[in-house]
Amino acid sequence: MMEGMSGYHIVVCGSIVPDPLQTLEPVAGPALKNEAMLPAVLDPWASHALYEAAHLAKQAAGSKVWLVSLGPKARLQQVMMTVAQKVPFELVALDGPAGGFTDAAETAAALAEAVQAIAGLDRAKLLLFGGWESASRGAGVTLQLVGERLGILDQFQGVDELKVNGDGSLEILERIEGGKHQVSRCAGPPAVLGWATGNLPEPKNNPQIGMANMRGVMPALQKARPVKLPGDGLSFTSVTLPKQLRETRIVKDKSPDEIAREIVQWITQ
Amino acid sequence: MQNVLFLAHTEPDGTLAKAALEALGTAANVAAGLGGSLVAGLIGENVKAAAGQIGGCGAARFLGVAGPDFAQSRYGSDAAAAEAICRAANAEVVMAAGTSRFSRVLPGVAQRLGGRADTHVTGVSASNGGLAAARWFYRQRMEGVFQRNQRPWFLLLDPGSQPAWQGSGGSATVEPVAVTLTEAHRRTSVVGQRAPAADAQTIRPDAALLFVAGAGWTKKQADGQAHVQEAEKLILDFLRLTRASLGSTKSLVDLGGEGQAVLSFLTHLNQVGQTGSTPRHPKGLAACCHGEEPHTVGWRFINERRAINLDPNCGWARGKADVLYVADAFAVMAKVNALLAAKP
Repeated sequence: MMEGMSGYHIVVCGSIVPDPLQTLEPVAGPALKNEAMLPAVLDPWASHALYEAAHLAKQAAGSKVWLVSLGPKARLQQVMMTVAQKVPFELVALDGPAGGFTDAAETAAALAEAVQAIAGLDRAKLLLFGGWESASRGAGVTLQLVGERLGILDQFQGVDELKVNGDGSLEILERIEGGKHQVSRCAGPPAVLGWATGNLPEPKNNPQIGMANMRGVMPALQKARPVKLPGDGLSFTSVTLPKQLRETRIVKDKSPDEIAREIVQWITQ
Repeated sequence: MQNVLFLAHTEPDGTLAKAALEALGTAANVAAGLGGSLVAGLIGENVKAAAGQIGGCGAARFLGVAGPDFAQSRYGSDAAAAEAICRAANAEVVMAAGTSRFSRVLPGVAQRLGGRADTHVTGVSASNGGLAAARWFYRQRMEGVFQRNQRPWFLLLDPGSQPAWQGSGGSATVEPVAVTLTEAHRRTSVVGQRAPAADAQTIRPDAALLFVAGAGWTKKQADGQAHVQEAEKLILDFLRLTRASLGSTKSLVDLGGEGQAVLSFLTHLNQVGQTGSTPRHPKGLAACCHGEEPHTVGWRFINERRAINLDPNCGWARGKADVLYVADAFAVMAKVNALLAAKP
């Protein structure tokens, strides 16, 4: 347990995306074909953010984790049945579209409003977490916009590690070019952290945590505020799947020596 | 007339990186296509060298925010600098490289200015006063072309997706833009960088070749045994001999979390695909990789692709690679390394 901590108020923003193993096909709108039928999961990078949030909360007494999620209420409920078994959190649900073609700025406005409305949230203790990009829109802008709306000037993206120093400052590793990390020291909350993969494995399902979470999840879903994202000022000319299918030359009957020579020639030419 | 702002940050040596020059080339084309005026905005400890580097780009103005505070890649100070330049330029379109520094900060600046920001832009077209951008959605699985009415519109271009500006340098007078920072902007300080171990390889955009290691390297081989140490040696020798980038499929990175044998030097920084990176390299060689469409996005932006796999119907390679060698990767890579080592 960390000493000298009065705890963090960690708000994780994350929504649902189609299971990455599903075949995706765009249709007019734009939208995904059979979007409502596709199995959904909590966005992978948002999931990492949630696990990191729970880990930090466990280390700092007095901390609390909220998950703020904007998505179709029925789909959120399905996904929460699984997510709620992983780590303790309080859900704040918004009932609206979560597809990849929604406008991140409109999503951010709704999320910021929801964060501001959280009862008992201490902005001086606030750490705003989320995935640095989603597996749907992949905008890479949403958290920054929420952070700006909340007036947070310390923001980090592509985060893989957060450590709390003895003086309460935060040491943060962000992914930068060349396979490196930038190491920054932030005086403390409030801050925005858009997580990449982090270092934590997916927690095993814990039915006790699940039962405790679900007591709050169902009421949160029932009172989920409807949100419309009209996409004002945004229009799509086209959304297409990559058509390029390569004519693959299959080399079956060559020895390792022959193949190696061909590969080396190709690499070095 | 729309003002198009090319915005760039300097590198530690004061120059502009290739990614910035790519954004400049696109910004110049967009300005011409819109019949607008090009303005260059530079942020860094000292921006004179960078301005000289692009002195011949045709910008009507060169605006700069300089000083020790702006050497750091930090949200608070970068946002203040970019905001000030955008206001001074009265920019309606802002084009910049999608570096880690700008990807972190420019969306927030767009919010301050009442505009919009789009990252990972891979194409921009401008004509008759209209502007359209292209980017990928659902983790590089479909490409969309779109327009926005809001201005300023910030477009962060994916590095490697555009040709770099090739013009000559020249003298340029930089108009300094004043930015006042408070302690609130300095709550964060950059204390350094952490690089992988010298013998480790990750995704390096400047490498000519990407080697993608699949889960097959850690599976049981023909003798019924796994040969993880041998696999590690083969891969590391290949990387040492070629200076290739090293990517791995998600499954291989995740095996560690599932308690299975892993290649010890792989981390999530090596991961390509759905929840990893989609690097751009001229060539890519994949060995022992499996999986269909969701996984293969990891090498979507590799120009020339070859794969080694025992399965001729491997979904990773068939229809995705130019050449699929149906062979034992252990045997082939040992021979490849021997040939590379023998080269003068």
